[in-house]
Amino acid sequence: MSSPLSTRARVLAAICGLLALPAANAAWQLNLPPGVTEISRRAYDLHMLVLWVCVVVGGAVFAVMIYALVTFRKSKGARAATWDHSTTAEIIWTALPVLVLVFLAVPAARDLVFIEDTRGSEMTIKITGFQWKWNYEYVDQGVNFYSSLAQTSNVARQRNSGIDPNSVEHYLLEVDRPLVIPAGVKIRYLLTSNDVNHAWWMQPFGIKRDAIPGYINEGWFKVDEPGTYRGQCAELCGKDHGFMPIVVEVLPKEKFEAWLAEQKAGTQVATAPAVTSVVATSGT
Amino acid sequence: MSATQHAEHKHDHSHGHDDHDHGPPRGFMRWVTTTNHKDIGTLYLVFALVMLFVGGAMALVIRAELFEPGLQFVHPDFFNQMTTIHALIMLFGMIMPAFAGFANWMIPMMIGAPDMALPRLNNWSFWLLPFAAVMLLSTLLMPGGGPASGWTMYPPLVLQTGDAFPFLIFSVHLLGISSIMASINIIVTIMNMRAPGMTLMKMPLFAWTWLITAYLLIGAMPVLAGGVTMLLTDQFFGTSFFQAAGGGDPVLFQHIFWFFGHPEVYIIILPAFGIVSQIIPTFSRKPLFGYDSMVYATAAIGFLSYIVWAHHMFTVGMPLAGEMFFMLSTMLIAIPTGVKIFNWTATMWKGSISFETPMLFAVGFLFMFSIGGFSGLMMALVPVDFQYHDTYFIVAHFHYVLVPGALFAAIGGAYYWLPKWTGHMYDETLGRVHFWLSTIFVNLLFFPQHFLGLAGMPRRIPDYATQFADWNMWSSIGAFGFGFSQLLFVWVVIKCVRGGARATSQVWDEAKGLEWTVPSPAPYHTFQQAPDVK
Repeated sequence: MSSPLSTRARVLAAICGLLALPAANAAWQLNLPPGVTEISRRAYDLHMLVLWVCVVVGGAVFAVMIYALVTFRKSKGARAATWDHSTTAEIIWTALPVLVLVFLAVPAARDLVFIEDTRGSEMTIKITGFQWKWNYEYVDQGVNFYSSLAQTSNVARQRNSGIDPNSVEHYLLEVDRPLVIPAGVKIRYLLTSNDVNHAWWMQPFGIKRDAIPGYINEGWFKVDEPGTYRGQCAELCGKDHGFMPIVVEVLPKEKFEAWLAEQKAGTQVATAPAVTSVVATSGT
Repeated sequence: MSATQHAEHKHDHSHGHDDHDHGPPRGFMRWVTTTNHKDIGTLYLVFALVMLFVGGAMALVIRAELFEPGLQFVHPDFFNQMTTIHALIMLFGMIMPAFAGFANWMIPMMIGAPDMALPRLNNWSFWLLPFAAVMLLSTLLMPGGGPASGWTMYPPLVLQTGDAFPFLIFSVHLLGISSIMASINIIVTIMNMRAPGMTLMKMPLFAWTWLITAYLLIGAMPVLAGGVTMLLTDQFFGTSFFQAAGGGDPVLFQHIFWFFGHPEVYIIILPAFGIVSQIIPTFSRKPLFGYDSMVYATAAIGFLSYIVWAHHMFTVGMPLAGEMFFMLSTMLIAIPTGVKIFNWTATMWKGSISFETPMLFAVGFLFMFSIGGFSGLMMALVPVDFQYHDTYFIVAHFHYVLVPGALFAAIGGAYYWLPKWTGHMYDETLGRVHFWLSTIFVNLLFFPQHFLGLAGMPRRIPDYATQFADWNMWSSIGAFGFGFSQLLFVWVVIKCVRGGARATSQVWDEAKGLEWTVPSPAPYHTFQQAPDVK
């Protein structure tokens, strides 16, 4: 918990921040980030398209409303007209939205087909949700491990821990073992759950899909740029729903092969998980 | 007719053909045994107002915890109980009873009927509510705490609820029974008790929107009841409707829930449309534009509400064809909704507008409901809904349609009809202050949540990564400001009940409709003789 002073400082910073809105930094982020995959970039483009359509349509409608509210005021001596319909106007404002919707539906449908096409993947990873951690299995590779909230965050997030979350690097968005994948490879993921519903959400990849017990969902992603990317569980899954982040480390292909060989060789190979032993202890 | 209470002189009555105007009995039992539509309307409205503060207090617990990162006040499990019960209370305990209160008070007076068609059923519909609400709230004190699985009650998570589980299910049943009975009553009243000459297409739009709402309720509520009963048997009687291990299907519940849940969305907003459609013509001093198309648009929205449910579930992994169908059908809703917005705007066009408090709330509704409508259109598009789903962007969206949408309409309606109910004008200055405080704070509360969701903050989390800190702080400040502003509303209502300038029967100079032909306050019994409708 931060001290009252730092709270006050942040309120002050918040006020200053609001005044400097155009220079939004990460903390004052306003918009959806474009992300790092073809899927996320398409989602971003679609988002910007529909956002601008809404801004233009909304701006026009609001302008008309404001004009009416300003102009036709009783206090300015406006006399009310008596008409109560106009078939022409009604046909126009029923038909025009249809055109706008078609304009939006076409790219949306195209992108949807693209997202759902899992053909041609080179590698499969099975992701299983647990309360409250993820399990990653590299199918046919014999590599399988759990990924849970990093200890630094886990300590700081306890009630009245006395640790300022601002002092913890990647607070709540860091794990003990990230998912490691190769760059530039189309990866198919299979998604299920061991207990309740979860959702695997990697905003930078443009992917959110539910992990449901008894179901195996699938999807794909392909990340070209090596780096570390973060996401979170997005389906309420119990008390520690907010504390099961996702971290994906994207390595260049050769480095990934080396990492995979290392995993296969030794220490980290796990057999089928014993369900009783995986319940996270959070102390809450 | 007068509302004078003849307690002392009952024996003096000549029980003539239209003289049943005894007035109500006195004291507590008046409210327990009443079958009078106005009394029951008042009960609904007062109950809704109380629940607004109960649910609001929970919202403030949520916003206090989210004021800054780290866990300061509550444990994560209690946080989840707050989000769950806040939603259930606000939907089933506050906004639906509020509109049922308006329906009880106004529909008989609008269509020239002496009362609701089924007065005893009406009494029961109301009196189930407080018991259901108390039962729901009592779960907070039970071992294992209250339900914490979100108001959507998805299995398998909801099956992890402690002792509260059967109480949750039973209170949902009671709330559902109450709504179904109220709906039956409204349909029977509108279909059978309209004054001669009051054809369906002459009814005030508020009666129309409630008629369609009532049909939606009768269609949707039993589906929810079935779904939660299946949860109950899964938990206690060894069935496996939703348990994968027993061959069941967790996603089936989501389909059942949203087959109820999407009509529920319109159950909440259609009466709001109705109220706004009464207020805007009055203060624009001009007839409602496109009455017929308003009726058809309402019916179209009602129909569409039954074929779009899976847009709440785009991430469950539906087949491509399913996603395509629900995306396109959802987008269609923009058309009738747009018609409504355009018609209200056209009603104001070349009117003679004044800005009394009801009109302020109606205009606020018009702007801010539209914002919620636009974000709704955005999330219809599946590829980008994958980014919005279950984030604060969704939270911002549905709060825009529910708070400055439905709740603003309800508050506007309360200001609009308070003089008719109490016989006094409310304090106009305080009303306007209430509007401006509410509007400023509600936007401070919910607009930044769009940014949070887009930046990547999931909903239903008690703590968050530090990059979300700034907007959360603003949102929390807005929440407290909005919450406390509503105390002003309570004060205005109390003040208005106790006294104030006398209201004429007309109240608003250009208000149209039968309710403005009876005195203010409306006598205990109205239209015992059907009025003439031209």
